Amino acid sequence: MTRADCITLLPLILIAGTAILVMLVIAFKRHHALAAGLTVAGLVAVFMSVLAVIPYVPRHVTPLLIMDRYALFYMGVIIVSAVAVAVLSFPYFEKQEGHHEELYVLLSIATLGCAVLVASSHLMSFFLGLEILSVSLYAMIAYLREHKQSLEAGFKYLVLAAASSAFLLFGMALVYADLGTMEFSRIAAASAVPSHLGLWLPGIVLIVTGIGFKLAVVPFHLWTPDVYEGAPAPVTAFIATVSKVAILALLLRFFYYPGVQQSRTLFVVFAIIAVASMIAGNLLALWQTNVKRILAYSSIAHFGYMLVAFVAGGTMAVEAVTFYLVAYTVTTLGAFGVVTVLSDSSRDADRLDDYQGLFWRRPLMAGIFTVMLLSLAGIPATMGFFAKFYVLAVGASATKWSLIIILVMTSTIGLFYYLRILVALYSTSSEGEPSVQAVASVSGIVLAVLTALLLWFGLYPALLLDMIQRHAVPSVAELLTPESEKLSQPIASGAVYFRPTATLIFDADVGAHVAGRSESAQSPVQDRPVELGVGR
Amino acid sequence: MMLVWLIVIPLVGGILAWLTARWSMQLPRWISLAAVALDLLLTLALWIHGGSTVAGGATAAWLAEVDWNWVPRFGIHFHLGVDGLSLLMLVLTFFLGIMSVLCSWTEIREQIGFFHFNLMWMLAGIAGVFLALDLFLFYFAWELMLVPMYFLIAIWGHERRIYAAIKFLLFTQLSGLLMLIAILALYFVHHQATGVYTFQYGDLLGTQLTPVAEWWIMLGFIIAFAVKLPVVPLHAWLPDAHSEAPTAGSVILAGLLLKTGAYGLLRFVVPLFPNAAHEFTPVALVLAVIGIVYGAVMAFAQTDLKRLVAYTSVSHLGFVLLGIFSWNPFGLQGAVMTMICHGLSTGALFILVGALQERTHTRDMDRMGGLWTTVPRLSGAALFFALASLGLPGLGDFVGEFLVLLGSYQISVGITVVAALGILASTFYALRMVQRVFHGENTQRWQLPDLSPREALIIAPMIVALLWLGLYPQPVLNTFAPAMHNLQREANLPAVVWQKR
Repeated sequence: MTRADCITLLPLILIAGTAILVMLVIAFKRHHALAAGLTVAGLVAVFMSVLAVIPYVPRHVTPLLIMDRYALFYMGVIIVSAVAVAVLSFPYFEKQEGHHEELYVLLSIATLGCAVLVASSHLMSFFLGLEILSVSLYAMIAYLREHKQSLEAGFKYLVLAAASSAFLLFGMALVYADLGTMEFSRIAAASAVPSHLGLWLPGIVLIVTGIGFKLAVVPFHLWTPDVYEGAPAPVTAFIATVSKVAILALLLRFFYYPGVQQSRTLFVVFAIIAVASMIAGNLLALWQTNVKRILAYSSIAHFGYMLVAFVAGGTMAVEAVTFYLVAYTVTTLGAFGVVTVLSDSSRDADRLDDYQGLFWRRPLMAGIFTVMLLSLAGIPATMGFFAKFYVLAVGASATKWSLIIILVMTSTIGLFYYLRILVALYSTSSEGEPSVQAVASVSGIVLAVLTALLLWFGLYPALLLDMIQRHAVPSVAELLTPESEKLSQPIASGAVYFRPTATLIFDADVGAHVAGRSESAQSPVQDRPVELGVGR
Repeated sequence: MMLVWLIVIPLVGGILAWLTARWSMQLPRWISLAAVALDLLLTLALWIHGGSTVAGGATAAWLAEVDWNWVPRFGIHFHLGVDGLSLLMLVLTFFLGIMSVLCSWTEIREQIGFFHFNLMWMLAGIAGVFLALDLFLFYFAWELMLVPMYFLIAIWGHERRIYAAIKFLLFTQLSGLLMLIAILALYFVHHQATGVYTFQYGDLLGTQLTPVAEWWIMLGFIIAFAVKLPVVPLHAWLPDAHSEAPTAGSVILAGLLLKTGAYGLLRFVVPLFPNAAHEFTPVALVLAVIGIVYGAVMAFAQTDLKRLVAYTSVSHLGFVLLGIFSWNPFGLQGAVMTMICHGLSTGALFILVGALQERTHTRDMDRMGGLWTTVPRLSGAALFFALASLGLPGLGDFVGEFLVLLGSYQISVGITVVAALGILASTFYALRMVQRVFHGENTQRWQLPDLSPREALIIAPMIVALLWLGLYPQPVLNTFAPAMHNLQREANLPAVVWQKR
């Protein structure tokens, strides 16, 4: 580990440092505000370090991690979301009895796990990051141990996450047994050549199982409504945003080497998952009356939409998915933020009755929630609309017409349940005077910032698109097949660093069959790209 | 720049109205009134300044134009432009906007600020639809019209308002999304042909499309406009939305929202997809005539006054569809005249029905009768607008329908005959309505206050406007003429002669 390596790892080191610092402080003095404040300050410092590290990347730090601008962009998103969750959870847990400082330690550790995930370029760091994240989540979900629902949710998540981790590990083992390598770049290169064992494809499908569980897509979604409902509202916000963002970032990175569209099996797998998520997510939400469950199913549907763009492929797809992720994060944080603010110590504000006539009682909260719901529904002037438009554009450019039509149809079904909440918000309540209770100012600030971001990027998305284009599109763009769409404007790519380098310190390759494989990422043997085109 | 102001003034006015509601019940109303009046003045200034001399299109100049870069990544511009057609629609928009603010003066008593916010933003969205020259911006404004209308119906509507609002939103949202897919398809086909990513109307005109692609993309657009227009199989949302909305909502729905569908057909469908539109003409003509007759028959069968007027919209907009797809000068002029005059006459009818409902608290025609004795001025006005609606010569609607029939006669005699029968059917429902509600004996012993000065202030200009359009429509036809010539040229269609067996 050279000095430069340590500098590039600064964000990760600082997150770990924050966690340890808060833990030590708690050991000496239990003070909720202090713990929360230290966590937020630490995370802000991490964000600064992310900005400071930009000149030093890209850099391969051990074969496990790759710090490039893609990773830094997503780390920025994760850190900001974690700060928002921390700020929102402070008033929420203040209302609860007992000491709750440990939550912030867990939050920091989970954020560390997410940061490792977005920077990972090796199956082992993938697994490590995932486990760090998962174990923290087990405790965070079951945090309010006096509430039976919370405990039940925690147990459900523990059992199912452990099972999915086992599948994931098995898949990783199969891939390693077949290809002899665990690095993403080498897996991509090696998988292009047909191997005599033929185990890597089942291995990857099993890895997809593990990823699918974390993303809560169909058919791995069964835990989602119950866990979302049972967990404390800020923790739900964290699961819904930060952990999913990290996994999807890793998915994008992992699959843009071989490219989903190049392997027919993987294409079919992801297409089925996308379609099933869109349909199941939207249809199942129709029956719900619990707001948190509605939001849970709607997030399943939204990841279905994102996977449509992912399946369509191409450089535009990476941008589209990233933009959608950011839009989804802002919206979900806002929605769950409102739920958090409205909750009290006995239970979360998740029943539809809690929102009846909210506009007449607390117009600002209802207004914020309305904007979030409109963004989820994809109404113009919100970021959600532009994100959906982008996904449709990517799908159209790849002529995946059936996927797009299904997206449109299920989006319209989705309107039903968003409208149900909207109608409840504006239904006339029996009270006469609108009573405005005090909202903790920090929560109010967070929600106001989120709403402003939503509307700003909904009306003028060029800024965010620029940022994504410059930072988040990895130089994988160069590795894509010639048939993929290249836009008329030049793509600003980072330095080329995905060529396997000779400067690796740790060489884990074993087996003679590896030596014969092509080192270039351009696979000579490719499956025909599959199209669901009409009349082409 | 003026075009941007046309959109921004209602937006800002709406926000101001919402904010000032805290202190005063009247201030939001006055602010909204001022905002829309200002817009109307600006539009009239634009008209007088030179609305009849220029026409828009790919090569011709627009009367006024604004073109800014919005999202360069995609080739999306904030591109507004006005020509004769859009100008007429804008005048109608702001005129009816003033009327709708005035007619809700006493009807709306709760959350006045939010009501006017929605009203203003809806007007801004409609203005955006009529002004947009960038397909993305057009879709943006199209969707933006929906949500305020949804709130208008769902919060201030009548008994079945939630059902009506949800139905309205679902129909229009689904059709709008299909149109978005069509827009994107056109966008990418254009890129494949020319290598340029653009949503600009001017650039997309003349894109070379294969027949199959042209059909499918046109279908996407037509579905969206057919739901809005409405064309008969897709009209199910209309009676509920119109009858459950508050008066201002009904006026804007009938007067403006339906016209956006017709505007879309005129501006986008036929110029962008001339060959496919040509092939679609027989279907469109038949659907139009079905709409005319079906709307008239259904209107005749209603006992709910507002639903009756709602179905007359279906019937009248059938004439518009007929005129558009005749695609000759008479038909097009007739379509635009019908659009304007229908907006005025049906808007006025909704205002009068709303006034009646405020007084009697019912829309059921069976419970009314012999109202002429108690509200003579209101009844006289209702008779006037009922006569306008059935196409009495001397009033605007007649000019429109006559021109449409002239136009469709050149295409197909059979279709024209059936359409003319539709006019006959409209006589039935209009006169039946007047007879049921106003004539006869006042068996329920209604004692109602007559038109207040404010209501008279609303009705009088509309009477004058309809008389003017009926007796001297030439200025309006002149304004539209250059735009019409341009559209015809872009569509490159000769006048079609199509014989029905």
